[in-house]
Amino acid sequence: MKDHRASHPLLPNLDEELVRVMLEKIGAEKVDDLFSDIPPKLRLGRKLRIPEQSPEYTVRRELLATLSSNKTPPSSVCFLGGGVWPHYIPAAVDSIASRQEFYTSYTPYQPEVSQGMLQALFEYQSLMCDLLGMEACNSSLYDWASAAGEAVRMAGRVTGRKKALVGGNVGPGRRAVIETYTEPMGMEVESVSFDASSGRISLEDLRRKLNDDVACMYLENPNYFGVIEESGAELAAEAHKSRALLVAGVDPISLSLVKEPGAYGADVVVGEGQPLGIPMNYGGPHLGIFAVKDLKLARSMPGRLIGMTSPISDPGRSAFTMVLQSREQHIRRENAMSNVCTNQSLMALTAAAYLSTLGREGFKKLGESVIANSHFAARRLSRVKGARSPHFQGSFFKEFVVSYRDAKARSVFRRMSARGVLAGYPLERAFGLGPEAGLFCVTEVHTRDDIERLAVALEGALA
Amino acid sequence: MKEFRQARWDEPLLKELSRPGRVGTLVPIEPLAHKNLKDPSLLVPASMRRERLELPELSELQVLRHFNRLSQMNFSVELGMYPLGSCTMKYNPKVSEAIAGSDSMRQAHPLQPDETVQGLLSVFYQLERYLSEVTGMERFSLSTAAGAQGEFAGVLIVRKFLHDAGRPDRDEILVPDSAHGTNPASAAMAGFRVVKVPSDSTGQVRASSVESLVSERTAGMMFTVPNTLGLFESEVEEVCDAVHKAGGLMYYDGANMNAMLGHARPGDMGFDIVHLNLHKTFATPHGGGGPGAGPVGVKRSLVDYLPVPVVSRKGERYVLDYGLKHSIGRLKGFVGNSAVLLRAYAYIRLLGGSGLTDVSSLAVLAANYLWKSLDPEAFPVSHGQGLRRKHEAVVSAKSELSGSAMTIAKAMLDRGMHSPTVYFPLIVKEALMIEPTESEPLEMLDEYAAGLNEAYKALKEGSLGEVPKNTTVGRVDEVKASHPLTLKVHW
Repeated sequence: MKDHRASHPLLPNLDEELVRVMLEKIGAEKVDDLFSDIPPKLRLGRKLRIPEQSPEYTVRRELLATLSSNKTPPSSVCFLGGGVWPHYIPAAVDSIASRQEFYTSYTPYQPEVSQGMLQALFEYQSLMCDLLGMEACNSSLYDWASAAGEAVRMAGRVTGRKKALVGGNVGPGRRAVIETYTEPMGMEVESVSFDASSGRISLEDLRRKLNDDVACMYLENPNYFGVIEESGAELAAEAHKSRALLVAGVDPISLSLVKEPGAYGADVVVGEGQPLGIPMNYGGPHLGIFAVKDLKLARSMPGRLIGMTSPISDPGRSAFTMVLQSREQHIRRENAMSNVCTNQSLMALTAAAYLSTLGREGFKKLGESVIANSHFAARRLSRVKGARSPHFQGSFFKEFVVSYRDAKARSVFRRMSARGVLAGYPLERAFGLGPEAGLFCVTEVHTRDDIERLAVALEGALA
Repeated sequence: MKEFRQARWDEPLLKELSRPGRVGTLVPIEPLAHKNLKDPSLLVPASMRRERLELPELSELQVLRHFNRLSQMNFSVELGMYPLGSCTMKYNPKVSEAIAGSDSMRQAHPLQPDETVQGLLSVFYQLERYLSEVTGMERFSLSTAAGAQGEFAGVLIVRKFLHDAGRPDRDEILVPDSAHGTNPASAAMAGFRVVKVPSDSTGQVRASSVESLVSERTAGMMFTVPNTLGLFESEVEEVCDAVHKAGGLMYYDGANMNAMLGHARPGDMGFDIVHLNLHKTFATPHGGGGPGAGPVGVKRSLVDYLPVPVVSRKGERYVLDYGLKHSIGRLKGFVGNSAVLLRAYAYIRLLGGSGLTDVSSLAVLAANYLWKSLDPEAFPVSHGQGLRRKHEAVVSAKSELSGSAMTIAKAMLDRGMHSPTVYFPLIVKEALMIEPTESEPLEMLDEYAAGLNEAYKALKEGSLGEVPKNTTVGRVDEVKASHPLTLKVHW
């Protein structure tokens, strides 16, 4: 450390006099002595090759200038979905999520000073259980994909079986993460095909593939194509016949109108909580939802759980604390249910704020607005020459697939993007649709003008 | 002693505040889309229509009051000292919030074409260069969401590398007994058997004990340097050699990197794989438990094994690159915790290379100073008495009473300061793990040390009484919390 460096706002003790006082107490002559336990050959012995400090103003100005080259609203309009969706975030929700008391705290290891975060997370768990029709919801995992990975791992653990069935119409990113998470357990992931006309999972194929090796069936509802799986109860019943778990992956916004997974037999629900008041943030931080129907499963689930209790001296009053910690890594180490420690608590709190701001009426209206707008847009795109919209016959919620008679999805995607319309994320060939196709997402944020702009952009891209 | 009283609002649950018919916001409705559509919910097939939806019904102000009151019952870094050992609860610069809160960040969709997010990708590319420089690694993947996910990625790299080398029989990972619980948990998740390495009486891992534990089955070792006792592992190089000689790879747990910036680099010590906790070392807010970001970095020979995507440069353009030949695959649905990465980048720019080096110097200075300000009779150390500490110090709360560490922790809460981490690492009795970080002014370090010393004295003299008493609630009933288990409220 240099002796005469100027002060720095982040380093209150960067001061010759203070350093001297501290060294004296420690019994060292210079700061360097504190590092004398590092063998000399391991000392860096040079400056870091990182540019020197900049004032806050400069950093802010430069970074905002760099970021402003991103194409985001209002310089573009976004119709992308696939697991992250554009929704409006009420200002009140942002205000709550921006409270430093929440965001500069950490895991509530000392419950007596952390009742605020604990109660908020308990409220999140309660709200999500109601929304999902589940009995226990943890206080967050990283995102939908990793939650799906953990769910399949849990299914393997509790059933002792080695195969996971996965809908052929689930998000490719989620599928990939499930494979990464389960491969070390020796689990095999097999696809259940979908009906080419409706886009829904084939019940016959599920029947064919279910057997005593199957730990779980993972489906998404709505699925990656935006199509609602109509036979939830039948799919669950089939899985249960083979004593496999049904794991449902959801976009929570859809549950404003669509039946909660607990009501059609899901044993585990995972999902992406991002649309509940969390910005898209180019991929994160988001919110992994993880909930189970049977409280017995709660003892095998990953992640932190908050429970309600009382202060010892005041049994009539409520208080909150972390529970079932014996599942977790800091207690159980290599026998823990998961390695997760840092999670996405702030996002869970945000989701609780969002759900309570919208409320029962607002959340239902939101669902209606989303489904009406997306169907309106799909109809409008059906009038675009060379486009089949929607490609699938199955009812959809906020996303739908459009296929192109003779255009490459990737070039349609790029051409629309060049016109400031981010839409039509290309569907992977692996889906085997035949024609090339893209995924479109329409929500409450889109106006008729936005949708017209989308149609014109698609027309231009297909022309 | 200063008076402290934490707020207590007796705030009801949302459901108790609810009254039918209230809303907190109006949802935008596009009239044209609703034309000729009597009931949009009928677009959902009858078999899948929701029958019952219960959510609280509150006005906007009621929602705000509820959560603002909760926030007042939550201790945080910006309210007071929060020296939770191993968590690096430093100050998170406000400007990072302002930058990450910009619409051009918040509204960027992860599936946007690369050419529409060149600005952001250029920042990530540069961040990766900085992290590589700080650690002595060749490349990083920024995609992992937290430290534990970085660890999982790291051990999956070990696994895949050995499988590709025709050695799937190497199925053991060495983990010191002082390690964080995430280490053995991550190794087990990746299918490894965990071999515990004992620390010696100085709290360090000896190369000789590693040598005695490695075999043909050794896949690698996870090693935290400095360790959870706050001690630099003096035989780290020899340990790396021993594992390498046995045919294994070395994994560096970067949880304690706040002691090392600009002083020493894991890459130079012999590590092959590293993860960093950006929410610790690089000052991104801990969010009441998360989010974080846990980028994973590797030496040149392992670059192709990194989780995808990575950010690559092709000519003048930056791209999300999914094309690494031996990649362990994906661990997250999308790019990564991008808004966290952006904050970490801003932090590095605010400090620069010399500033980062000062961060570690001052963090180490603070930890040693605070330790030496403690009454040595009250707070002896069980390991490495004569050794310097790095970013944190672990002491034992000496008392004839068991549970003294927890009692002292609670007494600190009464003073408006957060407690140290208690009862970790597991190898220390009545452990108090104190990590003040470079953020705390000297005056605060003095106040904290005085608080600990006085709390001990009061405990010993029997004058402490019930603690905590100035917090929102008194000691919480942990037994009742599990019997019966209440994980939600019913509507």
